[in-house]
Amino acid sequence: MTEAQAGSGGAGASAGEIEGIYRQEYGRAVAVLVRVFGDIDLAEDAVQDAFAAALPRWRASGLPPSPAGWLITTARNKGIDHLRRERLRQEKYVQAILLAGQAAPQQAESAVHNDTDAEPGADVPDDRLRLMFTCCHPALADTARVALTLRLLGGLTTAEIARAFLVPEATMAQRIVRAKAKIRDAGIPYQVPGAADLPERLAAVLAAIYLIFNEGYAASSGDELIRTGLCAEAIRLGRLLAALMPAEPEVAGLLALMLLTDARRASRVSPDGDLVLLADQDRGRWNTEQIAEGHELVRACLRRNQPGRYQIQAAINAVHTDAATAAQTDWRQILQLYDQLMVIAPSQVVALNRAVAVAEVHGPAAALAITDEIRLDGYYLLPAIRADLLARLGRTADAAAAFATAAQLTQSSAQRRFLELRRARLTAADDVGAG
Amino acid sequence: MKQYAICAYQPDGPVPLPEVLGPIMEKVGGWRARLQSAGAWVFTAGLEPPATATVLRVTDGEVSMTDGPFAEGKEYLGGFTIIDVADLDEALRWGTEFAEITGLPTEVRPLYDGSTA
Repeated sequence: MTEAQAGSGGAGASAGEIEGIYRQEYGRAVAVLVRVFGDIDLAEDAVQDAFAAALPRWRASGLPPSPAGWLITTARNKGIDHLRRERLRQEKYVQAILLAGQAAPQQAESAVHNDTDAEPGADVPDDRLRLMFTCCHPALADTARVALTLRLLGGLTTAEIARAFLVPEATMAQRIVRAKAKIRDAGIPYQVPGAADLPERLAAVLAAIYLIFNEGYAASSGDELIRTGLCAEAIRLGRLLAALMPAEPEVAGLLALMLLTDARRASRVSPDGDLVLLADQDRGRWNTEQIAEGHELVRACLRRNQPGRYQIQAAINAVHTDAATAAQTDWRQILQLYDQLMVIAPSQVVALNRAVAVAEVHGPAAALAITDEIRLDGYYLLPAIRADLLARLGRTADAAAAFATAAQLTQSSAQRRFLELRRARLTAADDVGAG
Repeated sequence: MKQYAICAYQPDGPVPLPEVLGPIMEKVGGWRARLQSAGAWVFTAGLEPPATATVLRVTDGEVSMTDGPFAEGKEYLGGFTIIDVADLDEALRWGTEFAEITGLPTEVRPLYDGSTA
């Protein structure tokens, strides 16, 4: 580092640096200001104003010693200014409604003056945990929880969130406005829930983060860049939650699950954009750093011995990523983990994934019998897995029909190409065999 | 503090037999007593079935009357309790207790307090 870069009065901050600060500090600043003002819209506006003020300043003369402290102090002053202007307007309004014989609205500013913490440069209080629990309150719709989390904690714009979830921007904007109005009007509290409610409420927060991750990871459709960004954001939120709630094993489990899944991203799609099965992936392209971190988290979870659905799924992924080649995969251990998952969090999808492990341990016939009992109407993976099992049993015609059904059901063009290719290979091999 | 209505939705049809209803009503009475001792109870009302309702409509300045409820449905508002608590979480806790006692779908809804326009 040169002296000019190191000195605070030297060169200005780069656009990339400022963008990094924005990603890192936006949620924290909003979280503090929601507590200070008790108003999400006011907090968001104040933080936006503070960033707008920071941009030319930091570009010209570099970052302050504590960008977060500077932003929060500046945003708070902006918010107070706004409230003062609002009060002037409101006093006229109060006079008007007093004439109509109604009670005066309460002043919101008293709370602000009592709040004296968050000195610039000092340790900034961290309210992001409260904000996460408020955004993911079970009284809000699932889709709203995800949108609010990305918007308030991730600093994504409504347009970005709309693009990520493939809905029109106006729809997403309405969803967010409605959710914020419900938080305000229904009195959803701004606090970390007590011990009695914590397990259920934490599950909702974890589900929202995992939903963000899956939306990014599913190669169903849409802009690859946005999707990669969603995965990164979900992992960032997972890390933040793990840092704020170190005693919760499921938080570590979710982080490990996301890291181990994301580690295989690069090898999951061929250069032509076709899907590559786990068994056929180039394991040299897996992200070893993320895998090492994920494995360490899984080991820590095992030592704690309080298993949960995310920890078990992470452990399954740890076994997969532990194998140097597909043939070395310890399927017996994976099957044991699926058995455990079926006890803790049984579902048809888990049963289907378990059937894949059964095929490796006990053979395709046993697995096929299990899939006969699974009811997942309209889910392409059921016929896709059955097709694979049927092909291994030599039932080529049945397998081809199942691949065709799966190709019809999937929403993703990459998956459809993949399934049609497998069907074509089957019938070609059959022709050769017959000829 | 904020006020909420805890609304019970009842299935349309005959009233359950006294031996079924009795123990439930006793528990609802206990629930209300707990609300009162917590200083959270404001008001409770039970409603007669929808067949007893009359709807008034104004058309061109004329009020017309029709027999029956505003909306026909399989479930109707059977009664409500107004409570005064700190926030939605507290309201939902009371609402959950009520739903568990009665087995009825229960709506928790804030009362408009005039502070938001």
